[in-house]
Amino acid sequence: MTHQLTPPVGKGDHIQGNPNAPVELVEYGDYQCPYCGAAYPIIKKLQAEFDDQLKFVFRNFPLSNAHEFAVIAAMAAETAAKQNGFWAMHDIIYENQSRLSRDVFFEFADEIGLDVEAFERDLHNPSLGKKIEADFENGVRSGVNGTPTFFINGTIYRGEYDYDSLYQAIAQHIK
Amino acid sequence: MMLEKGTKAPEFALYATPDQKVKLGDLKGKNVILAFYPADWSPVCSDQMSLYNEILHMFDQYNAILLGISVDSKWCHMAFAQERKFHFNLLSDFEPKGAVAKQYGVYNEEEGECERALFVIDKEGVIAWSYQSPMAINPGADGIIGALENLQQVSTSK
Repeated sequence: MTHQLTPPVGKGDHIQGNPNAPVELVEYGDYQCPYCGAAYPIIKKLQAEFDDQLKFVFRNFPLSNAHEFAVIAAMAAETAAKQNGFWAMHDIIYENQSRLSRDVFFEFADEIGLDVEAFERDLHNPSLGKKIEADFENGVRSGVNGTPTFFINGTIYRGEYDYDSLYQAIAQHIK
Repeated sequence: MMLEKGTKAPEFALYATPDQKVKLGDLKGKNVILAFYPADWSPVCSDQMSLYNEILHMFDQYNAILLGISVDSKWCHMAFAQERKFHFNLLSDFEPKGAVAKQYGVYNEEEGECERALFVIDKEGVIAWSYQSPMAINPGADGIIGALENLQQVSTSK
């Protein structure tokens, strides 16, 4: 079975890097998943290496029963997006993955320079939960079976996610 | 051979808890998803059952109930389900070992475990879809959802 990313990357997505890059890497991730934590610096390195040849997109796939703080972390990042802080929050969460707790996100919000009061207010917005659920359900339909799952130019990537494997998989799309 | 689409699903009654059995026939009127899997306690992040546990509400939308089945004992299942916070039944195909898996054609004699196989059974107890995944590969849930979607289309077009 080949799995295609459905829906394709669009307006509701968080996109990093050149929007017209020849390669689009989409991650379905869980902020508390240790494997996603391990993939985080690898993606940073790939982004540095491929620069404007690579566009990176993150979609939520929190396993709420397995990971106590996965959903609140996803909500924190989505909330930060309202203040243009999605990627800053995404990064600070992965960089501090071992110390996640219910309250730590306010500390993070402060550290990355968000208006913490507005952040706290927005965190209770019910539409956030819907966005995260929609990401999750679309992921399931696209063949995501765990985290992290990557799609390269719309097709699911079933290989290893060490640097060399991902490097090869991306490089073959660049002429 | 794995049972395929159009076959009547063989009846079974297996322990879901130490003192309670689930009987397939009692679930008539609901779609049933049978997820045979090799063993409890496989790694967390890629774990198939943990994924299904997160999408029970999606199954519910299609009037479908999920049952996990392996040859592990009911006590092992209970510990596994508690530790992983599962909200669905794990059935114990324990004695005679693998008897139900054998009926469905998804018992691996060499390993003494169930294959990683999925069945969607319709409201009348007929297999509507089946799929066997390579032992080490988590098949995800898109195939199940697709099969349930087809069932819904068939029943609304009637």
